[in-house]
Amino acid sequence: MNFITQTWSWYVSGFFIGVVMFLLIYFGKTFGMSSNLRALCSIAGADKYASFFKFDYKAQNWNLVVVLGAMIGGFVAVHFLSAPENVTLNPKTIQALTQLGFDAPNGKLAPNTMFGNNVFTNPKMLFILLFGGVLIGFGSRYAGGCTSGHAIQGLSNLQWQSLKAVIGFFVGGLLMVHFIFPLIF
Amino acid sequence: MKFIKFLAVGFLFGIVLTKSEAVSWYRIFEMFRFESFHMYGIIGVAILTGFLSIQFFKKTAAKDIDGRSVSIPDKEIGSFRYWIGGLLFGLGWALVGACPGPIFIMIGAGIYPVIIILVGALLGTFIYGLLRDKLPH
Repeated sequence: MNFITQTWSWYVSGFFIGVVMFLLIYFGKTFGMSSNLRALCSIAGADKYASFFKFDYKAQNWNLVVVLGAMIGGFVAVHFLSAPENVTLNPKTIQALTQLGFDAPNGKLAPNTMFGNNVFTNPKMLFILLFGGVLIGFGSRYAGGCTSGHAIQGLSNLQWQSLKAVIGFFVGGLLMVHFIFPLIF
Repeated sequence: MKFIKFLAVGFLFGIVLTKSEAVSWYRIFEMFRFESFHMYGIIGVAILTGFLSIQFFKKTAAKDIDGRSVSIPDKEIGSFRYWIGGLLFGLGWALVGACPGPIFIMIGAGIYPVIIILVGALLGTFIYGLLRDKLPH
């Protein structure tokens, strides 16, 4: 079972993500997770406020089922297929985390500093989580896709537009980690 | 019943993204610091596998499960939307270490503060919907 509970290698993981995309195309669909955010907005009644949300969101139900499956997959992976030595980072990364005041993984997927249950009473972290979410939701819809739609499906379909978006993703990520993190943490 | 196959694909996606640790805030931080090849390897192999998959459908003209020919729509031509939208997305991705797929996967995994990110992401999507006609694309 060790090959299941250890961190999966990049080549096995990357291959299976490609397989997920292959299957979705074979099922007559496309690979794109952020589209679900638009469908959820419409379901919640956003179509009363903006025409962007007036679309046949029921035709997106299959994608919400994909997301439901992914949530179950996440639950199973964390509760039954994990080991304490998971998330072994570069020691240099741990050092940088310590300097910013973040706890080391020790098998966790996310730091307690930002994702422990005590953040619910920490206004600064609540704001960071909410604001990060706003950037993700706004940015992915403005750019017309996220990591799955642009970086994986768009680039593998040789779309120049997706390359622009992915360059944008990385410029934004680098600015955040190298220049903004030291200011806010 | 027709939804079972989508539930199964999603399940595979959730397992792979969790076990590869692509859902981990730490891995995204490490990636943007160029201190590990792991995430670049995942994305690179996923693109390669995806490229071969799409070429397979194009070259063999293989049909989808319902017997229809496969076509993946091209992304519409644009510039501001990709550069600026991409930049904003990247800032959020690195800040909270999650993109839309992993947001749902981590909530499933029981990391409940991620629900705040989801609320923000829905809010951000809603704001885009309100402003869409005023934004340059």
